[in-house]
Amino acid sequence: MRYTPELLIEAYRTMQTIRLFEERCILEFERGNIPGFVHAYNGQEAVAAGVCMHLSDRDVIGSTHRGHGHCIAKGCDVIGMMKEIMGKSTGLCKGKGGSMHIADFDKGMIGANAIVGGAPPLCNGAALTAKTLGTNHVAVSFGGDGSSNQGTTLEALNMAVVLQLPHIFIIENNGYGEGTGADYAVGCESLAERTAGFGMPAVAIDGTDFFAVYEQAKEYIDLARKGGGPSAIEAETVRFDGHFIGDPQLYRGENELDDIKKNRDCIKLFRNRVTAEKWLEAERMDEIDAEVAALIERAVEEGMNAPFPEPADLYADVYKTY
Amino acid sequence: MTNTAKQAEATGTSSIKTYRQAINEALFQEMRRDPTVIVLGEEVSGGAGTDGIDDAYGGVFGVTKGLVHEFSRKRVIDTPISESAIIGAAAGAACTGLRPVAELMFFDFIGVSFDQIFNQAAKFRYMFGGKPNTPMVIRATVGAGWRAGPQHSNMLHPVVAHIPGLKVVMPSNAYDAKGLMISAIRDDDPVIFLEYKTLYDSKCEVPDDLYTIPFGEASFTREGSDVTIVAISGMVPRANAVADKLAGEGISCDVIDPRTISPLDVESIIESVEVTGRLVIVDEANERCSLAADISSIVAEQAFHALRAPIRKVTAPHTPVPFSPVLEDLYIPSPERIEQAVRDVLEA
Repeated sequence: MRYTPELLIEAYRTMQTIRLFEERCILEFERGNIPGFVHAYNGQEAVAAGVCMHLSDRDVIGSTHRGHGHCIAKGCDVIGMMKEIMGKSTGLCKGKGGSMHIADFDKGMIGANAIVGGAPPLCNGAALTAKTLGTNHVAVSFGGDGSSNQGTTLEALNMAVVLQLPHIFIIENNGYGEGTGADYAVGCESLAERTAGFGMPAVAIDGTDFFAVYEQAKEYIDLARKGGGPSAIEAETVRFDGHFIGDPQLYRGENELDDIKKNRDCIKLFRNRVTAEKWLEAERMDEIDAEVAALIERAVEEGMNAPFPEPADLYADVYKTY
Repeated sequence: MTNTAKQAEATGTSSIKTYRQAINEALFQEMRRDPTVIVLGEEVSGGAGTDGIDDAYGGVFGVTKGLVHEFSRKRVIDTPISESAIIGAAAGAACTGLRPVAELMFFDFIGVSFDQIFNQAAKFRYMFGGKPNTPMVIRATVGAGWRAGPQHSNMLHPVVAHIPGLKVVMPSNAYDAKGLMISAIRDDDPVIFLEYKTLYDSKCEVPDDLYTIPFGEASFTREGSDVTIVAISGMVPRANAVADKLAGEGISCDVIDPRTISPLDVESIIESVEVTGRLVIVDEANERCSLAADISSIVAEQAFHALRAPIRKVTAPHTPVPFSPVLEDLYIPSPERIEQAVRDVLEA
């Protein structure tokens, strides 16, 4: 068999952690325990998991406003994340960042980014560090079909090719930039083809298929580690929630959500595949479900009990010295 | 004795260098000392992908000239004309282990890269809970007088001084330029380093060794007791000339060059105004919501009791920079306008 049980368990645990984390965020937002804007990643779990399983803490990722999944897949502490999203002082960013700005530099997660198209130029920089210092680390930027139209992304794609940077651009095409269809806002037929036009290898894959993501990411990450330069993956995926939590989603078609949840749920598809192939027992995955549920419960409990920042924290950490 | 002269005393050999040479020397010496320092931007070497020579430009005003020969294109990186990608690459490199010095050519180009400066680099430390250092320098040229017209001549430093998380450095002479550049490269926060175009060939004694000038310490370029003149960047030599002229009439001026406007040495300005009771602020930036307005409000709040005349600001008007030399010369604060402002506050 091609995949070890350890690998499959890790993949499943990551995806399920993201799923339950997001579902709980939606609930806690509705209960008033999470302030601000929250953008849930549920539905897209296979992309974050399939890419980040190839990365170490020294490899760098940059993410989006919809960044919880990337954080979890890159190894950020789920409890620290929940505290951060609740605005608590013991959160990963001391409550200063919130849902859209979670980072954990020790894990190579240099930031969720609330500016659409914010991360690709920064990930070029991380890739430039790797290249200049002669490490074999890589940078991965996550963006959506929306960010694919931002000038920053297009500039970064070209510069990555010009400087031959070890940077893999992941374009998660979930069909929507906020509430506008990609069919409308993306002027070309294929984002993979558009990206290839910059002079890098690029392919489109089914982003709801963990194994498709995992294999393609492996190929491109290996290429970058060997000095082969940048590449791009357009992962066609689905978004289970709105643009933001609380979005009434009036732009959805009739039965659209029911349909994608029934037929394009990447976690269901993963379970079906691994049980059909007899790679993993359903019972083992059920156990993981229970473990993950307990972890999320603990995250919420600790998050609720964590202290808010002190007034003096308002002024802290603007500069190292000033 | 001025602060500048005091600091120069402490060093070894020195020679007359231009502002351009001083910054170039700082880059050479820091790149030799620290292998994580890189330079990137448009034409920092020049000639990439051409049949001609490397170092064809050495930066738009020749400030990075020669670096590519010693440090190769690996550390002296010519980029496409993509300012967002340049600043983004610098910010991403800075928070992952390098000390990039990115060149923006003309500071007017912050318009096409601003998100990466103020939403990204400037906010990293704060919004990520104090963890990341972002030790990057953005070099750019400022100022009118080059007949470069509305889109290559602005000052715009008030725009960046407004932003928490950025430090803003504006040297007015070669000595300060070298010491401040070395400090900027070694600083762990993003630093905007603004070079006044028509100062590039100005000269003074500059130590050959490495030295740093701390941020937030103003320099008194002239000392006096009748009027305080705070002058910024390219306006400092003009203010000095006016002070020298008026000294012949028995009017003595403190001329304060803040050198860095974020952090700003408020203390030195207040101390001076406490003595003189009269303040003239000379800055080539546009007047509204500006550094001059900021200094004016700080002094009005903290030293109102000491003021014996209304504060006067000598700035550019609320217009873009015009091209026609006749109009451009009117745009830049002239020695005559500075002198008149000093006389006005003395007569008030």
